[in-house]
Amino acid sequence: MKKIINDPANVVAESLRGLAAAHSDVLRVQYDPDVVVRADAPVAGKVAVISGGGSGHEPLHGGFVGQGMLAAAVPGAVFTSPTPDAVQAAVTATTGDAGALLIVKNYTGDVLNFETAAELAAAEGLEVRSVVIDDDVAVKDSTYTAGRRGVGGTVLLEKITGAAAERRDSLDAVTALAEKVIGRVRSIGVALTAPTVPHAGTPSFDLDDGEVEFGIGIHGEPGRERIPLEPADALVARLVDAVVSDLPFASGDRVLLFTNSMGGTPLVELYLAHGIAERLLAERGIVVERRLVGPYITSLEMQGMSLTLLKLDDELTELWDAPVNTAALRWGL
Amino acid sequence: MTCKAEGVAAAVRAAAAVVAEHRAELVELDRAIGDGDHGENLNRGFTAVVAALDAGAPDTPGGVLKLVATTLISKVGGAAGPLYGTAFLRASAKLGAAADLDVPALLDALRAGLEGVQARGKAVGGDATMVDALIPAVSAAEKAAEDGGDVAAVLTAAADAADRGAESTVDLVPRKGRASYLGERAVGHLDPGARSSALLLRAFAEAAR
Repeated sequence: MKKIINDPANVVAESLRGLAAAHSDVLRVQYDPDVVVRADAPVAGKVAVISGGGSGHEPLHGGFVGQGMLAAAVPGAVFTSPTPDAVQAAVTATTGDAGALLIVKNYTGDVLNFETAAELAAAEGLEVRSVVIDDDVAVKDSTYTAGRRGVGGTVLLEKITGAAAERRDSLDAVTALAEKVIGRVRSIGVALTAPTVPHAGTPSFDLDDGEVEFGIGIHGEPGRERIPLEPADALVARLVDAVVSDLPFASGDRVLLFTNSMGGTPLVELYLAHGIAERLLAERGIVVERRLVGPYITSLEMQGMSLTLLKLDDELTELWDAPVNTAALRWGL
Repeated sequence: MTCKAEGVAAAVRAAAAVVAEHRAELVELDRAIGDGDHGENLNRGFTAVVAALDAGAPDTPGGVLKLVATTLISKVGGAAGPLYGTAFLRASAKLGAAADLDVPALLDALRAGLEGVQARGKAVGGDATMVDALIPAVSAAEKAAEDGGDVAAVLTAAADAADRGAESTVDLVPRKGRASYLGERAVGHLDPGARSSALLLRAFAEAAR
């Protein structure tokens, strides 16, 4: 393992110090428990949209704290969900009369810890709701698994609900909007290499040079199947087929296409893949109206990519276009 | 034979030492079918538990277990934090303010711990989780108590059964937690949560002897 770190136990806290130094205009960091909050929190009369999960997926979630997106982010240890008291600290720092919406990715640890935190917050008289995002089409049957994982759709969900909160929608309205997004967003990913968690020191799984893991999650957990590495045309077609057939997306649909690097895939390959995906969607009559391309929900240094499709309507497009000022997303200002 | 707060605290310290000793093994088991953090997270939690006991140990068995519960919940994260935290919390609630831990109280605590894990995690036997170690452990503890065993004998029976239960997860297809995404590909792997449950019970049994 080669990484630019000191003690593996201090990776998250030391990284947060750098995040705070680099982006003091939009966010600040509270330590022990560690929470990233927007610089001007709490904002009166505004629903606090709060997200979190294990670290190692940067810029998710701390990079999305700021005007027009998250009120707070709760970073757990690397690939480990935050504890309930950390979530509770984020709620306390950002939640006023308008209440808070917790965005939870569907992983057993995240669901259990956020569930406990929501109970603690309610006991203190704060109005807190939760939504669970589960956009990963790689996981087929929730009867025999922990259910579909929350992956790339999380970024879009955080942007859109954050914009709704910014325009002072009520907690009911922001929650309903979140459920609407969750119903219309689907993702799938592929890994070419495994990530290495700092405290483990060895790659999370073993993959031969000629193999890829199809249907990967964001923690290096293996996916749907292991297949031989193919040229980009074939690999991207496989990803597009898996996502489009799931909702399903149909000819005439207007969509947002999010092409994401898992951390180790450079932009030259990512744009190459994005171009193929746009062409394949056009061939199906699916209209790509908005795009996001880059490393936004990553898995340490894992090579690989994911595709996310969100079925747009006028409201979702308007909220996506709304101004945002965070470390990792910034436009419309 | 009964056990007082000091005995329970000593057992918890012994468990922390066992977790530290097996940290790498648990990481490696989890790396194979999950994300490789189980040993690290449990070790972080139990290190904090020992620090909390050093700062001032409660004077009842229930109080010690409650301190374990709240510390694990606030330090471990992942799925293991809420699951083990809930188990110790439910067990401590059963013990209440009693000064002594006798065999009937121990059985109540073990049953409550198992029920807590199942209430939080919604797992049943055969899902390839820590429940596969805990269900046979509770049954074996009840049997040992019927046979007139003392606290140490009951815990030893529980630990023996937990070991066999954990081994049984090797042949199962996981249906809960991150390993469930692997499906059939997880067959042949020991569940890290079942293994850590068995390790904790063994540490308690050894400490009670």
